[in-house]
Parts: sequence; C-alpha cells; structure tokens
Amino acid sequence: MEQFTQEFFNLDVMTKVAPFLLQGLLQTLLLCSFLIPIGLVSGILVMLLTTSPYRLLRWPAIVAVDFFRAFPPLVLLVFVYAGLPFIGLRVPALVAVAVAFLINSASYYGEIYRAGMVSVPKGQREAARSTGLSATQTLLYVTLPQAIRNVLPDLLSNTVELVKLTTLASVISVPELLHSANLARSLTYNSSPLILAAIIYLLLLLPVVRLIARLEHRL
Amino acid sequence: MTAADAMSNWDRFVFTFFNADIAMKYGWEILQGAGVTILAGLAVVITGIGAGFGLAALRAIGWKPINFFIIVFVDIFRSLPPLAIILVLFFGFPSIGIVLPSLVVLWMSLGAVLAAFAEEIFWAGITSVPKGQWLAARSTGLTFAQTLRYVILPQAVRLGIPPLTNRAISITKNLALGSAIGVNEILGRANSALSMSANATPLTMGALLYVLVFIPLVIASRTLERNYRWGEH
Repeated sequence: MEQFTQEFFNLDVMTKVAPFLLQGLLQTLLLCSFLIPIGLVSGILVMLLTTSPYRLLRWPAIVAVDFFRAFPPLVLLVFVYAGLPFIGLRVPALVAVAVAFLINSASYYGEIYRAGMVSVPKGQREAARSTGLSATQTLLYVTLPQAIRNVLPDLLSNTVELVKLTTLASVISVPELLHSANLARSLTYNSSPLILAAIIYLLLLLPVVRLIARLEHRL
Repeated sequence: MTAADAMSNWDRFVFTFFNADIAMKYGWEILQGAGVTILAGLAVVITGIGAGFGLAALRAIGWKPINFFIIVFVDIFRSLPPLAIILVLFFGFPSIGIVLPSLVVLWMSLGAVLAAFAEEIFWAGITSVPKGQWLAARSTGLTFAQTLRYVILPQAVRLGIPPLTNRAISITKNLALGSAIGVNEILGRANSALSMSANATPLTMGALLYVLVFIPLVIASRTLERNYRWGEH
C-alpha cells in the first residue's frame, strides 16, 4: 500500500512538478481556446454543405465527412506532421495539431448540427421564409437556434472529446499537459505527475460530463 | 513553371506518397498490423460493451453502495483522456509490480472507456422505459430479474444501438494510440517502416488501411441512425 502511495500519490513529487504541469495546462488551454471556437463554427459550415439542396455540394461533403470520421485523429496528425515534410512542406507541430484536429472535429460537429437541423420541423423554415425572412435570416434566427438547442448535450460531449483529443499532441512533442506530465514522470522516476495530470483533467472535464448527463436525462 | 517542372513535381509527390516499390516491400508488414488492429478492436468492443451492459443491469437493481461505485467509475472514465489512462497503466503499474504487455494495456484502457460510455447509454435506455411497463410486467407475475431480462433490457438495447455504434467507432479508432507504447498495430508498423525507408508511402498505406477498416462501420452507423429514426414514426 505504501509503495502504491509512493508511486502514484507522492505529494513531494507532485508539489515539485506542479509549476511545470501548470505550464503544460496553459498550453492545453491555448490549444482549446482556438480549436473549440473554430471547430464549432466550421462544423456549421460542414452542416450547410451536407444538408445542401445541391447534389454537387452535398455528396462530396458527405463522402468527406465519412472519410474523416473513419480516419483516426492520431493517424491524421502523424500524417500531417511526419508525411508532409517529405514533399518540402515542413509544418510546425502546433499547426499540424490545428489542421489535423480541426478536420476531425469539423466532421464530428458537422454531423451533430445536421442531426439537429433534421430534428427541426420543415414547417418552421417554410413559415419563416413566407414571412419574408431571407434564407440566411431564417437559418440564423429560426432554424439554427432550435437545432442547437436540440443537440446541446451532443455538442457539449463532442467538446469534451475535443479537449481530450489535445492529449494526442503530446505524441508529436507539443508541450501540453499530458506531455509535461509524462516528461516529469521520466525525470522523477515516479508516476505521480501522471496522476496529477489526470486529476487536473478530471477537475476540468468532470463538471461538464455531469452537466451533460443531467441535460440528457432531462430531455 | 514549365510543363516539365509540373511533371517532375507530380512525380515527386507520387514517389513520396504512392511509391509502388516501397508499398511492395512493407505492404505485408503493415497488413499484419491491420490484423492486430482488428483483433484488438473486436476485443475492446466485446468486453467494453459487455461490461457496460452488465454495469447498467447491475445499476437497475438499485443497490445504493454499488450504484455509487458504478457512477464514480463511469464519470471518471468518461472524463479522462484515453492516452492518460494508457500512460498510467503502462509506465506506472510496473513500479508496483504489475507488468502488463502493451497490447493488454491498450485493450484494458479502451475497454474501460467504452464500458463507461456503454453503461451510460444503456442506463439512459433503461430509465427511458416508462414506469408502467415495470409495474405491468411485475403484476403479471414476472420476477424482477425476468422483467429486466425480457421487458426492459430489450427496449434499452434497441434505443442504445445508434449512439453506441458511434461511440464504439470513435473509441476503437484510439487503437492508434497503441503506437505510443509500442503496440504493433497499423500506425506503429507504418511509423517504423517510414523511418526505415525514408519515404512517406508506409504512412499513406497505414492511413488508407485504417480508413478501410473503419469506413464500413461509419457507413453502417449512418444507415442504422436513419433506420431507427424511421422506425419511430
């Protein structure tokens, strides 16, 4: 038992590495601060394409969404980061993370918005258009808000997934939280930094996960 | 840019990403990785969904101390990034005398994550069955276990299939994380072939193999969602 505490809950090690992990946390938050808003907005664009009345727009978009939903994000990340330099396109690790995860999350967000749009009765759009609202106004003021309300738990849950996804950036040495923790682990020969990182992730995400569970059961 | 330049650029691109010689040389190696990925994926899906189902059924009994542990387990494994779980099991556990092979670590981590999500989905299904069904079933003389087995769970499973399929796919795709702890799955093998051949073709092959494995599942999930939506009306 003591060995277990020493290895996983060593307070000396935890206090020593805490400032280092906080720097990692800042990097994680930085990643989230642009991945989440851009993901949410590009998801709407993807949804507009996959629900477009024009077949020439709709079908390629649906194929692309399915392709990238089948593409493991880590494989995409390694492909962008390690593959492109071979043709002279050397991208910084942060850019590779941004490109790979935005492609991935835009596909997922897009599918969620689409499910939301499908759940809004057709009459809503027809009524809005017949009162003289333009197509854009109808989307912004009538159908999209209802769609978002209907799939709010899914949007939140995908956002949690996106935050968890940022840990994959550690594989290409972006100094985010998990990467810092793993580095600290190898320097201290002790796993407490990993547990500390796990605790930080729990503090960050557990409240959202609880909120999602409550929203889901209310619906 | 002249036509000849454009041609040579195109050639360079093909040489780098779609090199037939390299593909022949490392193809079999990477294909074996697909075998590992598929088997590990089946193991994760079967144990994860099985455990999630078991936990949801156990939770339906309504025994408070057990439910508390189930809820804590589910919330923790829904919040933690899978890679963090994998690193703790792989690097931490040997220090307390538990050495697990990397493939087992990958299977246990993703299995636990899927179990947590599956429990939540089945539980949502169980709670969405109207109370009257419990009462009606019990009043016809079915026992609690029989009611659960023959009345409640079949409906809960039906409701849960579309979200469960999506979740199972997105968690199983994390098998690629195995490459970070040395599992010989597709990405791990493609990565080592990449560094040996100094050519990106193995990576293209690995990516295409992953898509090939998962695209039928993604399309199936789309069909399932549509069919179940029709079924409701």
